[in-house]
Amino acid sequence: MTTTTERVSTRTPAVPARSRRKPNWNLVLRIVLLMIAAVLTLGPVMWTLSTSLRSPSESFKLPPSFFPWNPDFTSYGQVFRQLDIVLLVLNSALVTGLIAVGQMVTAAMAGYAFANLKFRGRGALFSIVLATMMVPVQVTIVPVFMLIRGMGLSDTLLALILPAIPTAFGTFLMRQYFLGLPTDLAEAAAIDGASPWRTFRSVYAPLAVPGMAIVGILAFNFHWNEFFRPLIMTISEQNFTLPLGLVSLQGNLGTGSISVVLAGVVLSMIPALVVFIFGQRALQDGLTAGSGK
Amino acid sequence: MSTTIPRRDRRKQAATAIKPATPATSRTESGRHSQRWLAWIFLAPTILGMGLFTLVPIAASVVLAFFRWDIISAPTFVGFDNFAEVVQDPTVRVSFLNTIAFVIVAVALQLGLALALAVMVQEKMPAWLRTFFRSAFFFPLILSAASVSIFMRYLFNEQFGVVNWFLSLAGIPAVPWLTTPGGSAAVVILVYVWQNFGFSFLLFLGGLASIPVETYEAAALDGATGWRKHVYVTLPLLSPTTLLASVMAIISALQVFDQPYVLTRGGPGDSTRTAVMVIFESAFQRLEFGEASAIGVILTLIIMAITAAQFRLSKRFVFYQ
Repeated sequence: MTTTTERVSTRTPAVPARSRRKPNWNLVLRIVLLMIAAVLTLGPVMWTLSTSLRSPSESFKLPPSFFPWNPDFTSYGQVFRQLDIVLLVLNSALVTGLIAVGQMVTAAMAGYAFANLKFRGRGALFSIVLATMMVPVQVTIVPVFMLIRGMGLSDTLLALILPAIPTAFGTFLMRQYFLGLPTDLAEAAAIDGASPWRTFRSVYAPLAVPGMAIVGILAFNFHWNEFFRPLIMTISEQNFTLPLGLVSLQGNLGTGSISVVLAGVVLSMIPALVVFIFGQRALQDGLTAGSGK
Repeated sequence: MSTTIPRRDRRKQAATAIKPATPATSRTESGRHSQRWLAWIFLAPTILGMGLFTLVPIAASVVLAFFRWDIISAPTFVGFDNFAEVVQDPTVRVSFLNTIAFVIVAVALQLGLALALAVMVQEKMPAWLRTFFRSAFFFPLILSAASVSIFMRYLFNEQFGVVNWFLSLAGIPAVPWLTTPGGSAAVVILVYVWQNFGFSFLLFLGGLASIPVETYEAAALDGATGWRKHVYVTLPLLSPTTLLASVMAIISALQVFDQPYVLTRGGPGDSTRTAVMVIFESAFQRLEFGEASAIGVILTLIIMAITAAQFRLSKRFVFYQ
């Protein structure tokens, strides 16, 4: 049992010289347990990928496959034939992209106002914005649905995009981000005679790009995967987004060919995977933002 | 959120400390004026959007809860009838009980698992292994609950599912996962926890990283090792993180919808029907918008009450450094 618990981030395994003679059983046990947890976490996804690479007729066969020894891409061809997956991807990309860009711009503006500009009622207004974070989407969905209907936008992609752009969490995140930037910059700009708009445009907006990226990545991840609102707001299949299309594909096929449904699932995961690979750090920081001390 | 106040105070101090240095000319006056204008212009999209899509709908939801309305005919005022009906409706009642049971079991599993794994990852180990575990446990969070539920339905299939195949290796007969009330409830919980424990794990990892090494060194000098170290040092010092993690886990579990909807459609019977699912069904399948609003209002009140109670209770046992 190790008694010192440094938070090591050293590249060399920090094994005390004393224990080099006998193995550190505590560490071995921990790694074994963690490995089991990691296998249980990643196993279902591996199985999904591997099964999607079986031929439709073989997808039921047991024992299950966890590694695609001889990949067969028929199921992927089937997905394109049975589901208008190109349209689904385009819809999802359009909805998610516009929401992400909209959130980045509006959250940066509002966050800057709350962090750097002085106006009456700033504190109260910010509290209201924060409070809206606690309201579950299910509570407002009925009136929002009616509002969208009243605006003549029901069963359009705009019905998904517009309500998702104002973001309390993004505003909070950007406010934190601007508060973290040095104030001397604003002072210097003011001494140089820059207007507040100029100060934002030329000094703070360029510095805010990493913060905006976090807001954008979070928005992308959340809305790419969103199911509840699209289920309610879209009626015709040409307005479906990916998760909705996949669930309907599963419904249409029943238990016919697992590998085809799973091929669709894998295709839908690719953008999420790309975001995971490139934006993992940003996503983790963003999700846990505001939880720090 | 409250933690940001000191920082803001510092800024205030810095601002007031610097202000006397700048001359009070008309330029700063107009500067303050244009600052105010800029602020309102910058806030306009967010404030208008939130007003339109959150604040007005909240008010509308509360008002609507007192009306009977099917969109087609004019709404009629029914007082507390919707609430009375909802409270007496056996399906609504069962779904709320299901939701509460789900929250208790799923949150306990999620937090327990996340804490245990975070403690194990945090202690001494090669850096690359730590990175691997962190990424692995985080991974399910980036997937859509709908796709996850789709492939989990196959994994838990009674005849050809992988889960039962593994159980058969151990000589356990096929479990009817998705066709019995208990089995479906178990699957919904397992799938939900599988997808969400990574979030609590990240929170705990952050909390553990903020415990100073010296605390453990001092505890070690006092003879606290192994389990005692975790019980007397880690747990108390982690209590603010535990509070935050449990509040967030409970709020999100109370709103569970995607997993039970795709996995079981609420069945068999009403065994996996949740509170949000009955809001969805009464509004968009039965067109009883007033009733749906009443259920929504009740759910919100429950969420608010639980959150408030947690923060009140936490004053007793949460230990701040």
